[in-house]
Amino acid sequence: MTEIVALEALATRVTSGQSLAIPVDGSGVAMAATAALLEAGIRDLKLICVPISGLQADLLIGAGAIASLETSAVSLGEAGAAPRFTAGVKTGAFALRDSTCPAIFAGLLAAQKGVPFMPIAGIIGSDLLNVRPDWQVIDSPVGEARKVVVVPAISPDVALFHAPEADRAGNVRIGRHRELADLAYASKRTLVTVERIVDRNLLESEDSAAGVLPSLYVDTIAVAARGAWPLALWDEYPADEAEIARYAGMARSDEGFRAYLSTFLSHRKQVA
Amino acid sequence: MSAERDRREILIATIADLLDGIRHVAVGASSPIPAAGAMLLRARQQRDGKPPVRISILGSQAHNFFTNGGIELFDCAAQGRVDAFFLGGGQIDGEGNINLVGTGDYPTSGVRWPGSFGSAYLYHLVPRVILFREEHSPRVFVPKVDFVSARAITPEVPRRGGPHALLTNMALFDFDREAGGFALRSVHPPFTPADIRENTGFAYAEPEVVRETPQPDTATLSLLRGKILDELAETYPAFARTMKQAA
Repeated sequence: MTEIVALEALATRVTSGQSLAIPVDGSGVAMAATAALLEAGIRDLKLICVPISGLQADLLIGAGAIASLETSAVSLGEAGAAPRFTAGVKTGAFALRDSTCPAIFAGLLAAQKGVPFMPIAGIIGSDLLNVRPDWQVIDSPVGEARKVVVVPAISPDVALFHAPEADRAGNVRIGRHRELADLAYASKRTLVTVERIVDRNLLESEDSAAGVLPSLYVDTIAVAARGAWPLALWDEYPADEAEIARYAGMARSDEGFRAYLSTFLSHRKQVA
Repeated sequence: MSAERDRREILIATIADLLDGIRHVAVGASSPIPAAGAMLLRARQQRDGKPPVRISILGSQAHNFFTNGGIELFDCAAQGRVDAFFLGGGQIDGEGNINLVGTGDYPTSGVRWPGSFGSAYLYHLVPRVILFREEHSPRVFVPKVDFVSARAITPEVPRRGGPHALLTNMALFDFDREAGGFALRSVHPPFTPADIRENTGFAYAEPEVVRETPQPDTATLSLLRGKILDELAETYPAFARTMKQAA
């Protein structure tokens, strides 16, 4: 059964050293839960960005919470480069596993289907194949005779995201953001923060059920109002561009980052 | 400011021309000029009663019809349902290879960029990839990229995708997949072919007479400054605002 708990309790469901999968900015990023994780002193995460990240990954990197990072990119989008990611790569602060977006989706799909790897089109000729020895180029064993890339299954210990609402049974409305379902299908446990819990059954009608991730795939839910701030949550609130730009400026130096992190964590406490 | 607007308008109109004849163009994140070019093509086709054009602007709700999550663009491309896409690069070399990762020795690069995004895959699968990089300098256009995020030509595997053209602040190049290199098609006034030679670090073919990139006509400009900026404001409010203010 899906448990509904307080945000701090949800954060204890992630332990240091686990692999943690997170969605792209704007898809439903659990920023309040990220603050709670950092508050709890999480360390050595193996972060998997599906398929890229921005502010969330940069905060976790800057706070020293990451042991390894698998991603297709880290960028603050319109606000520019992700400063702690850029600095961390140069100092070798974490093990980097550079990827390409569809390869991350393919890895999750392999886990979803319970198979060890997934073939994927393209990629051949890219230097990514040199820096990802876990990816292989094989002769297709069936069908048309040709080379094809295979990538190993990605089966995260924990998936974490934010959504507008869940019902009391733990069904979560994800709209057309099916990548959130891809995350949950592939992960061993899924933690979701929501703006609110609703009394109606989200599986009641075809209309609502079509955009719902069933509670079968959801382990723990916590309410976190404006839980994606300063990132956008679709249909609920836009990104706080000024706040993201403020972060981009401050995080250029380690001291600036520390100052930002401290206000970010205390801001979250005030909201809670 | 109006020089800046002119610069952007010529790029947007050139992109719309480069997309002529396609049925579906996708535009990646943080790409206001390519998005505007795609919207301009769609509006022009509609105005002229020509076949409709589908556009998928990542990050947009109003100009994006995908319902199957982040994977759908990639699945669509794999099936041949995406005719055109845009890629950039911190470095682009004369063979059309692009580098979105960084300079120097991997991984502790001299300069680190965000990462390869979907490039390693989409370059193989989308027939008309337009390389778009505003900065035209020898540090961007290098003889050989330090890291190949995506390779332009791979004789060892069949592919439908690859580079079609390269558009910069200064010029437009065609890409010849047989020859495996770029050829200068036109320069944007006031630049000259000599400026292009000076600022391009790779070798390319140059015709005896290099044309000027055509300026957008009045009808195109009125479409661009009206309907297109209104549509663009949903995903790129700051960009659309700046363009309107320059009017």
